[in-house]
Amino acid sequence: MTGIAAADITGSSDLAVQMEGVNKWYGAFHALKNIELSVRRGERIVICGPSGSGKSTLIRCINQLETIRDGRIVVDGHDLTAGGKNVDLVRQETGMVFQQFNLFPHMTVLENCTLAPMKVRGIARVEAEKTARAFLERVRIPEQAEKYPAQLSGGQQQRVAIARALCMNPKIMLFDEPTSALDPEMVKEVLDTMIDLAKEGMTMLCVTHEMGFARQVADRVIFMDRGEILEMDTPDAFFGNPKNERLKTFLGQIS
Amino acid sequence: MPLIRPFGLPEFWIIVMAAKWTVALSAIAFAGGGLGGLLIALGRVSDSKWLRGLATGFIRLFQGTPLLMQLFLVFFGMNILGLAINPWIAAAVALTLHASAFLGEIWRGCIEAVPSGQREAATALGLRYVNRMRYVVLPQASRIAVAPTVGFLVQLIKGTSLAAIIGFTELTRQGQIINNATFSPFMVFGTVAAVYFVLCWPLSVLARRMEFRFSRATER
Repeated sequence: MTGIAAADITGSSDLAVQMEGVNKWYGAFHALKNIELSVRRGERIVICGPSGSGKSTLIRCINQLETIRDGRIVVDGHDLTAGGKNVDLVRQETGMVFQQFNLFPHMTVLENCTLAPMKVRGIARVEAEKTARAFLERVRIPEQAEKYPAQLSGGQQQRVAIARALCMNPKIMLFDEPTSALDPEMVKEVLDTMIDLAKEGMTMLCVTHEMGFARQVADRVIFMDRGEILEMDTPDAFFGNPKNERLKTFLGQIS
Repeated sequence: MPLIRPFGLPEFWIIVMAAKWTVALSAIAFAGGGLGGLLIALGRVSDSKWLRGLATGFIRLFQGTPLLMQLFLVFFGMNILGLAINPWIAAAVALTLHASAFLGEIWRGCIEAVPSGQREAATALGLRYVNRMRYVVLPQASRIAVAPTVGFLVQLIKGTSLAAIIGFTELTRQGQIINNATFSPFMVFGTVAAVYFVLCWPLSVLARRMEFRFSRATER
């Protein structure tokens, strides 16, 4: 955290996300403890850990849905600690998919997908709709464009949520337990969509307990507990040779 | 010509026609209160401690004092400020402030009833405060708000009767005037009450229907 290191990361580096000494508190609860994490462009990171371990909080700090007490977060060269305009820029370049989908229920699928491109980027409706339909095609639900979210299944809603995020043409995608609220038979369709995205080279940070997905697409897997990153390694080493005791217990419980 | 005139059809119509001033005053207070209420509601859910405190104080003040006192204070306060005494303006201002406080509190609840995930999703998409409110939060809050808002409108219409006391000639005041000439209080105020009922009852029915429709629409 010297001045030189700081200068390095704000430049045009190949880092998508850089977190340095990040601490987050909810009142007296220390939610994130000295988080150090660098994510290269195109890298796929899976974050797992028991509930309340801070994994969702961590990715929510990246687009400033949560503010941090101290430390530094740089996303795509924009220092979030500088606030203001940088936060807006980062949010525009970062897509997020939530556990509860959070589609706008009063808008059709197409309107969900065109709102931000039109209002944030100022793209004309015709073009925004064209882009939206193309992404709905990619998540394999083009025929649902005129429907309302409540008329879709959970898996379809989550795929719309992914398409909605992609319509902003983000450089980084954040997934916060995207399959946890889904019925088991719908998990696969959402994971397949995410795998497609990973194959296309999208930078991704996923909080998920889908270990099959982690093995298949992750470049690195992170284990968090009680607000700390306890292990960070390639899937092979992470699952094949876990070093941390709490990780061993965790892996034993979920498999 | 006798000193006391009988209560007949002309007197009846005078009272009925005075309802237009009740309606006009209600409409002004409702429109002004709608605008003020929106600002108060947004202040109540704002991130700024100052705005929240200001809006909360405003609501407490107007919910914690009788409407009649509010009317008096505005009416006589205008005099102290050197403005000409004008029951129209005093009644409109007092009722607008009153409606702003109540609608503000009702709508705050409706805004807060929109799940926080909606705001987060909008934020994550890069939408800033105004667009977030305008396209995501308020459209959803307004669906919840329709029934209680119509319910409050009924209260407001009945509340305008207090403006009679500061000399604003609306339905109730017209009733008092006719009563002074006819001395048939039962007929007069029975008529006045009936006109209020005709104004308010359909709105109550409407509110109940909207509530029912909303509760069905939110069952999923």
